[in-house]
Amino acid sequence: MKCLVTGGNVKVLGKAVHSLSRIGDELYLEPLEDGLSLRTVNSSRSAYACFLFAPLFFQQYQVATSNQDPVRCKILMKSFLSVFRSLVMLEKTVEKCCITLHGRSSRLVVQLHCKYGVRKIHNLSFQDCESLQAVFDPASCHHVLRAPAKVLGEAVQPFPLALAEVTLGITRGRRVILRSYQEDEAADSTIRAMVTEMSIGEEDFQQLQAQEGVAITFCLKELRGLLSFAESANLSLSIHFDEPGRPAIFTVEDSLLDGHFVLATLLEPDPQSQGLGSPQPHMPGPPLQASSTPPLDDFANDDMDSYMIAMETTVGIEGSRTLPSLSPGLRAPCSPGSNSEDDDNKDDPSTVPGTPPPKKFRSLFFGSILAPDHSPQGPSPVLAEDSEGEG
Amino acid sequence: MKFRAKIVDTACLNHFTRISNMIAKLAKTCTLRISPEKLNFILLDKVANGGVSMWCELEQENFFSEFQMEGISAENNEIYVELVSENLSRALKTTQNARALKIKLTNKHFPCLTVSVELFSVSSSSRIVTHDIPIKVIPRKLWKDLQEPTVPDSDVSIYLPVLKTMKSVVEKMKNISNHLVIEANLNGELNLKIETELVCVTTHFKDLGSPQLVSDSASQGRNVEQMAEVCIDIKKLLQFLAGQQVNPTKALCNIVNNRIVHFDLLLEDVSLQYFIPALS
Repeated sequence: MKCLVTGGNVKVLGKAVHSLSRIGDELYLEPLEDGLSLRTVNSSRSAYACFLFAPLFFQQYQVATSNQDPVRCKILMKSFLSVFRSLVMLEKTVEKCCITLHGRSSRLVVQLHCKYGVRKIHNLSFQDCESLQAVFDPASCHHVLRAPAKVLGEAVQPFPLALAEVTLGITRGRRVILRSYQEDEAADSTIRAMVTEMSIGEEDFQQLQAQEGVAITFCLKELRGLLSFAESANLSLSIHFDEPGRPAIFTVEDSLLDGHFVLATLLEPDPQSQGLGSPQPHMPGPPLQASSTPPLDDFANDDMDSYMIAMETTVGIEGSRTLPSLSPGLRAPCSPGSNSEDDDNKDDPSTVPGTPPPKKFRSLFFGSILAPDHSPQGPSPVLAEDSEGEG
Repeated sequence: MKFRAKIVDTACLNHFTRISNMIAKLAKTCTLRISPEKLNFILLDKVANGGVSMWCELEQENFFSEFQMEGISAENNEIYVELVSENLSRALKTTQNARALKIKLTNKHFPCLTVSVELFSVSSSSRIVTHDIPIKVIPRKLWKDLQEPTVPDSDVSIYLPVLKTMKSVVEKMKNISNHLVIEANLNGELNLKIETELVCVTTHFKDLGSPQLVSDSASQGRNVEQMAEVCIDIKKLLQFLAGQQVNPTKALCNIVNNRIVHFDLLLEDVSLQYFIPALS
């Protein structure tokens, strides 16, 4: 594989790497016929990001030299990021950037051709890997929001950088709101964090296809990464989402590239479990103004599950196996329905996170193991055996 | 208990934002006292925390275009709430491009001071940012601990030099010593001193002027050259100096020998008093 990036596109590539670096520690680089794909997934597998740069993005784009298998590789995000660390440097001094990957040499070579004939060559070691592919389909999502990245960038600006999650929703008067999400509602009021809510009129959106009352909660950090990319490229950002618990898909697109960020959203507790939870008195204060909406306030329950994005790593041809999880009718894999439906052979071990998941995700696994009537007779789905042979 | 206020003027809004930034630098948490005429930001610190106190006062009519409040009762027409100062300053940071600001006491899921900001946007639509700052309402019986500190009769009263200069001096001294002696006399001289085993550093300021009349003091038989001094925690002084972003209209320093130093600042129409006790 060999590709050559010139001029302003070097910075675009650099920016994309920066936004990917907010998500995962490893970068999957894969030359495809329809472009170069850069992908990553976070350690708990609740966020996935992918950029596809079309062949036209490059001055020269060559997928594979003859009689070589198409090579793909996995590299440390840190080492790839260090090549593109300084965006100012990329903009001011780098004239072209050449990325080569050969099966024979076990190095990914990134050459930066700078002003005055300076050439920087980075030899990055890589690992062979399977293709990383999240299964998602923006078209299956019922709700779509689209706005210039600048509008959304301004909308997230009032939120502190330390804030983990935000809730995005549509309220009365078809206003779009973003609100800081607080996990622990029962905390003492003096140590409670400030709640910030941004309310934007429908007019600022290019597309708003969602009814009032819908809301999802997701991680803000990853979105900021994509937003800063989209803002610098002056693109519009589309948000495709469904009911809480289903992944939200954030996309940017132009003729030369597209980017997809798939983020898990928090699953709202059902009314039943809410009753069992902390009996926190719900005090509906007088609404400050029309934009503050009671329906969105209801996150009183701490015991919340989160949806995991179904991940698949294929050894053979991509997409030879279909994953069931994201078709519209099905629930999250942790829910009883999918457990009994998914036989062990469908439960690829790669869906099990490599690292201990954060606390919200943990309850998800324990829940499925402990619930007696949903546990299959055999090994619990989470502990499913290697299914490569059967698949 | 009700409170609702509105600022529409940009200059007032910026001034109010500056004040809240200053408060956030001076005190981690503070008490906001709301009365029909005035707003106060109060820090009356416990001895355990170094005993620093702050009393900041502003006239509501200089800032707000609308101001309605209803206290606990007709005879106690005041509201005291405790809040994290940084929350207020962070909420007001979003007002840079604001059309109007509203502050209210609300009780959404918890008692809060709600700051809502109407922003200008490119299109005709309005954007509104709402910040719910959690507060703790202070009950009536604790109000007595939150009254304006009495200013003790000072031995020396002197105008301060330019605070920026003072800050850069104290910043360097902080690297050498943990405490600092501030001394002054009625002759317009102010010294900042640090002493360690290896080095003594003194910065002298002259001709600062004093609100006390020299003739008065002389008639009382006092020596105008006589220094009054107080040894304080250098960090507390630096905190006070770092909080000052604009040079005040008036800055006065009152020293009670070996007891306390009291800074009295006037920032346009806002008064700030800051008390640092002597180290024992």
